[in-house]
Formats: sequence, structure tokens, C-alpha cells
Amino acid sequence: MDINLTLIGQAIAMAVFVWFCMKYVWPLLLAMIEERQQKIADGLAAADKGNKALEDAQLRIQAMVEEARAQARGILDQAQSRANGIVEEARVAADQERDRIIQSGKAEVDQQINRARDELRGQVAAIAVAGAEKILAREIDARTHQDLLTKLAAQI
Amino acid sequence: MSEAAHNTAGGYIQHHLTHLQLCRADDQWVWNECHGNFWAVNVDSMVFSLLLALFLGYLFRRIAVTASRDRPGRVQALVELIVDFVDDSVRSTFSGKSRLIAPLALTIFTWVFMMNFMDLIPVDFLPAAVQAPGVADYLRVVPTADVNITFGMSLSVFALVLFYSFRMKGAGGFLAELTMHPLNPKDLGVPLLFWPLVIIFNFVLETVGLLAKPLSLSLRLFGNMYAGELMFILIALLGVYQLPLHFPWAVFHILIITLQAYIFMMLTIVYMSQACEHH
Repeated sequence: MDINLTLIGQAIAMAVFVWFCMKYVWPLLLAMIEERQQKIADGLAAADKGNKALEDAQLRIQAMVEEARAQARGILDQAQSRANGIVEEARVAADQERDRIIQSGKAEVDQQINRARDELRGQVAAIAVAGAEKILAREIDARTHQDLLTKLAAQI
Repeated sequence: MSEAAHNTAGGYIQHHLTHLQLCRADDQWVWNECHGNFWAVNVDSMVFSLLLALFLGYLFRRIAVTASRDRPGRVQALVELIVDFVDDSVRSTFSGKSRLIAPLALTIFTWVFMMNFMDLIPVDFLPAAVQAPGVADYLRVVPTADVNITFGMSLSVFALVLFYSFRMKGAGGFLAELTMHPLNPKDLGVPLLFWPLVIIFNFVLETVGLLAKPLSLSLRLFGNMYAGELMFILIALLGVYQLPLHFPWAVFHILIITLQAYIFMMLTIVYMSQACEHH
């Protein structure tokens, strides 16, 4: 366990080793580690930013959906009112058509009634004349009493 | 227990605790006859510590050059883990700015750990490997179990501590730190006449404290490693049946070698931090 030259040799070796590490190892490794830490920090920051952007986008999407929904509601309302309008118009037109048809029907019926009445009148007059003829036989001349018969027929 | 020349237990232990030494005696290079000669070199300690230093240097340099930011390999991850750990330790303890302190701590931690790690190689493997072909009769493979190695490191640290103390505080500041602490005669209101007494008291106390730093630093590591090595040698004496003792001690020793490397590094940082600190 003598103290000898080994001590100095070791001291020299250590000085060289420390110098070597200081010059050629430590700065490189530490720089690399720091660079990586920086990259990790950057990555985390970017991820945060991405999350933020995603949140913003979601907010925007929500707003857009809301707007679209409102628009759709507006369009629906419009369509509804348009449909109502069309139905109303149709009803009015149908009413008018119905009235017109009824009117024309009534007119036709009136016409036919008048015609039938005229016919009937003629027939009644003829029947009356025939009856009168039968009753009065030869007493009444059809030609002589034509005026009277016509007046009678008009009164019926 | 293979050596024919050392077939007693005492001889075996003695053999394992003898360094392979080289020195000049009578104008000749001689092996293992260097007792008491300061100019001797423990070739085994030097060779193993240098080999480990070269290995670490090569590894670190390769990793530092090829390090990839995005796709770190396993070895790179391990080196980074160590670098990060050392960097954290330095940052949490050392408040000043110094380009030296962190690489110094890294060097000490990894190197001491690797030198301690040699202790886990079975005690007879490497000595037998050089003995069999007749390369060398003695070999101690754990450099940190050599007091020269630990003192070489701790005295280097001590020299740095002194250097930084002078640089950061100036000669006057350093001297004041040695003489005006822990009892400051000015604050205590001591009459001027008795100042030299207080100063001498302080100086003795502080000097002892200062010198205790490298001493405790090296002897702690040396003591632990030497004792660990001795335990392995004693266990090896059991021959074939050493497993039940060897295994728990080896597992326990993993803790010790890591802890001792950490302590050496941490105390170095603390001493350096004290040297750079202003009062």
C-alpha cells in the first residue's frame, strides 16, 4: 500500500479524461438533449395550439349548424305559408267554379221549367179546347172563339 | 486457489493483494521489488484504469457524435440517462457557472463506477489469465482498491478546489475564509490583543477541515473497495462452495459500487460549490 508514481499517473490520466469529456463529449450530448427537450416542448405547444384550433373550429361549426337550422326553419315556414296560400287560392277558385256551375245548372233548370210550362200551357189549352169542344160540340166554333181561347191559355 | 506457490490461505490473500509494480532499481527495470520506492508504478492499476478511461471515452465520444435527437438507441439512452442525472445533480448543488464542473462530475461518476465494477469480476479470473501464460505474477484488477488511484483523483479534485477558491475569492478572500471562520473576532467583539489567538484557532480548524476533504474523499472510496475486494478474496477461499456467500455479497456490492461512485461525484460537486461560493 505504498504511495508511488501511480498517484501522479492517475492524476494526469484524470486530467486528460476530464478535458476530453469537457471538450468532446459533454457539450455535444447536452446540446442534443436540450435540442430534444426543445423539440418536445415545441411539440407540446403545437399540440396545445391544435387543440385550441379544434375548439375554435368546433365553435364555428356549431354556429354554422345553428345558422343552417335557422335557415331551414325559415324555408319551412315560407313553404308552409306558400302551401297555405295555394290551398286558399284553390278553395276560392273551387268556390267560384261551384257557384258558376250551380248558377248555370239553375239557369238550365229554369229554362227547362219554362219550356215545360210553355208546353204544358199549350197542352192544357189544347186539352181545354178539346174538352170544351166535346162539351159544347157544335155550339162553339173554334175559329170564332180563337181570341177567347188564346186569352185563356195566357192566363193559365 | 490454483497457485502452487501460495497454497496457504494467508499466502493466497497476500498474493491477491499485491500489485504488479514496476520501478527502476540499480539502473534496471525491475518488477515487484519496489517496496518503499516512490518512483514505482502500479502497472495493473494504471493499465486497468486507463483501459476503462479509454473505453468510456470511446463510448461517450461515439455516442456524442452519432447521437440522434429523434431516434435514440439503447446505449445512447443509457448515456443520456447518466448525463442527465449528472447534470441534474450539478444544477441542484452547484449554483455558480462553470464549464468544467459537469464534465468533471460525469468523468468521476462513470470512471469510478467502472473501476469499482471490476470488483464484480471473479477474483481469480484475470490474475489467472495473466499468470498462466507467464505474463505477470501479480494482478489487482480493481483500480479503486489502490490507494494511489483514489488519492490521485481526490488530490486532483483538491487542486481544483484550491484553484477555484483562489480564483473566485482571491488570495485575501481565501485567507479570510481560513482565518475568520468559524469564530469571527470582529463579530464577537474580541479585544484586538487576543485576535491572533482566535485567528490561529480558526486557521487550525479550517485547515484541518480543508485537508480532510481530499483525505476523506479518497480513503472512503479506497476503504470500501479494499474491504469489498478482501471479502471476495475470503469468499473465494471457500473454493467450489462459495456461491451462497458470493452471490449475496456480489448483489450487495452492486449497491456499494454505485453508491461510492455517486458519493465521490456528489462530494466533488459540493466541494467545488463551496470553493466558488461567496460568504
